[in-house]
Amino acid sequence: MSAETQALSPGQPIKVKRKAFSNTLSRVAKYTALRLVTLFVTVVIGIYLTILIANMGGYVDEILRGEIRERISVGVSNNPAFRDYTPEERSKYIDERVALEEERLGLNRPFAVRSFAFLRNALTLNLGRAINMTSDSGSKQVTLIILERLPSTLLLFGIANLALFFSSVFIALSLSRHYGSFWDKVILVLTPTSAAPPWFYGIFLILIFAALLKILPFGGMVDAPPPDNWFDYALSVLRHMILPSLALILASIFLSIYNWRTFFLIYSSEDYVEMAKAKGLNARDIERRYILRPTLPTIITSFALLLIGLWTGAIITETVFNWPGLGRTLFRAIGLYDTPVIVGLTIIYAYLLAITVFLLDIIYALVDPRVKVGGSGGGGA
Amino acid sequence: MKAFLSTFKEIGRYPSAIAGLVIIGILIIISIYALVTIPYDEAVRLWRGGEDIWYANPKTAPPAWFNFFSRKKQPVTLTISSARGEAEKEVVPGSADTTDINLTYTFDYQYDDFPTELTFYFTSKFVSKQPFVAIRWITPDGRELRVADFGINARQTYRASQDEKLTRRLGRLPAEVGLFADPNSDPAKPVPLKGTYQIRIEGVVFEPDADINAEFVMQGKLAGWAGTDHQRRDLMVPLLWGTPVALAFGLVASLGTGLLTMIIAAFGVWYGGWVDELIQRITEINLVLPFLSILIMVGTFYSRSIWTILGVTILLSIFTGGIKSYRAIFMQIKETTYIEAARAYGASDMRIIFLYLIPRIIPVLIPGLISGIPAFVFLEASLAVLGLGDPVLPTWGKIINNAFTNGALYNGQYYWVLEPAALLMITGFAFAMLGFSLDRIFNPRLRGL
Repeated sequence: MSAETQALSPGQPIKVKRKAFSNTLSRVAKYTALRLVTLFVTVVIGIYLTILIANMGGYVDEILRGEIRERISVGVSNNPAFRDYTPEERSKYIDERVALEEERLGLNRPFAVRSFAFLRNALTLNLGRAINMTSDSGSKQVTLIILERLPSTLLLFGIANLALFFSSVFIALSLSRHYGSFWDKVILVLTPTSAAPPWFYGIFLILIFAALLKILPFGGMVDAPPPDNWFDYALSVLRHMILPSLALILASIFLSIYNWRTFFLIYSSEDYVEMAKAKGLNARDIERRYILRPTLPTIITSFALLLIGLWTGAIITETVFNWPGLGRTLFRAIGLYDTPVIVGLTIIYAYLLAITVFLLDIIYALVDPRVKVGGSGGGGA
Repeated sequence: MKAFLSTFKEIGRYPSAIAGLVIIGILIIISIYALVTIPYDEAVRLWRGGEDIWYANPKTAPPAWFNFFSRKKQPVTLTISSARGEAEKEVVPGSADTTDINLTYTFDYQYDDFPTELTFYFTSKFVSKQPFVAIRWITPDGRELRVADFGINARQTYRASQDEKLTRRLGRLPAEVGLFADPNSDPAKPVPLKGTYQIRIEGVVFEPDADINAEFVMQGKLAGWAGTDHQRRDLMVPLLWGTPVALAFGLVASLGTGLLTMIIAAFGVWYGGWVDELIQRITEINLVLPFLSILIMVGTFYSRSIWTILGVTILLSIFTGGIKSYRAIFMQIKETTYIEAARAYGASDMRIIFLYLIPRIIPVLIPGLISGIPAFVFLEASLAVLGLGDPVLPTWGKIINNAFTNGALYNGQYYWVLEPAALLMITGFAFAMLGFSLDRIFNPRLRGL
């Protein structure tokens, strides 16, 4: 919706067409380059800010130092092998071990220097090793930790959000056809229910289906112990998915339908739609060519943003349902001061977002003839 | 003023708007009531208080009104204190320095189940000679049972269920069952005897100024109007106090975000150039930043105070999609003739921004502000559910968090989750309903839809 639109100037002289084409090409190239640079700078600043916040401007280093010293001193004082050491010798030994450990984690260099090293590593997607967290297979590689959790997030949020998106667009379209009908009014009345977030509906769903009726599990992703054959496994996962997906869908479907419906209604009251009706075109053609076509950019935008939104999962919904996804990984990482994992998750999200925004600019130009790439002002989603 | 009145009339045409307004009004009244009856310090003290404040309550007891909906009446927690004058106190001076102090507690017991614990909290005043008390239990059918006789200290607690001798006297029944059991009922499946019970504490003090007081606590299976949590706290306190906290957080966050966004957008549009460019770039950077993660980080690393969280929330919410839509509207307004006229007669920049630009979009702003409130109310609850609630203030989200961490849903303590959840839902829906209706009133384009 926020794309800059320009009216096509009709009746351009044919002889300047070629010149105009090369003009357009250079303008598009210039615009593309400029757009890429601004998006990259945006990502860089965003990531650097995240690094600063995730390290509390260096204070997390102090916490880590304290933890290292405590761990090593406790280890040394509990170890019978060091009982014969004099206190001086022992403290010297502890200092050495602490220095070694700090060097291993890079804590001996000032934070300002390291923050830029973090930034470089993040931007080159060299996510490095986690400080405290390990993946279920025992690896400390951030990439592995993230990849291990990605499928469960994609599974739950992918299915729930796709169902939500397509059902709300289609229901909205059919409601906009029969606006003022009974179901239209029902949706209107139910719209305020979307004020509550998914975890809130989750609580009620758990209460009804898990606690009272005892037909669905309270949470988790699969039965414990997990079934042996893949069929039972898949069935168990499906059973565990019902409540969280239902919560995700319930929390936004009515508002989503309402918004799309209003949006379609605004477009179907345009003059050219009236004109098409007057011409006697059939309803299906009007819908496809005169209503859906101009709304396509908006539909694509929200679909794309929905896809990248999957990356973050939903921290609280995953917590309430005990779903082992990326949201909970992020929450645990924050609780453990595990900066590499936090930054790793953020940088991938930032890249996905930047790429999507860039692609959307191009897709706009492709699907909407009114949009001119590189026109006046820096438009874009 | 006229426009205001006509808006008001317009609201009357939307039943959902009226419902929303009524609910918001009730919530505001509850907030004022909470703030007046339980001052801030008292609320914090009660919420953080332990056994010494809440000793009289049973743990995780559902609210007393459960009895209205159940055929089988569960005993409700009861306290009678002689120090507060709720018991009959009779002082009979005796020979020498001794004085008899008789305390009589009368209460009605009309329940179908037994209480969970009977406790006597004695306080006495003496210099060197310990007072002596004897507790007698008089049942509705006139039997008199000896509970215990002992000397008491300045502070003494007697728990009937822990008295082995009493249990033996009651025929191996736990004290809280044996004292209430109908003697004609099957001892294997005792039934409580309904009627008026009386407890007589016959005390003797051996000094002229000595005194005895006792508080009798019958911990039932139900307690208070809101029930209690795992720390015996009455949930009424956080439920009441959660109301002003939620309203304040939602209103301040929504108003703060909305107004600041609008002002910044107006400045950007009016000055244009690098100011506008800077605002646009900040908005794009902010889009990359993970909002909830940053809030969680701030909560984990810096401070869990609700005001810090509020500030960060507003800061992060300013530079979002809203600023772009305001910018688009301001761009249109900037080109209108009355702004041109203002510029022509030499109005200052500030005058134009605050008196000519901003007032024009307030109709667009108000519905957005109100529909924005539930999101912030739920945001505070969400953070609390993650364990990042304010450390001192009682809030709805913290009740849900406590309930969750103590497995309320597994244990069937549904009231513990449902009470705060219902309040959250009512608050959220009230503002959402009002916001949606206002949106239709102020944006006539939507009116027919």
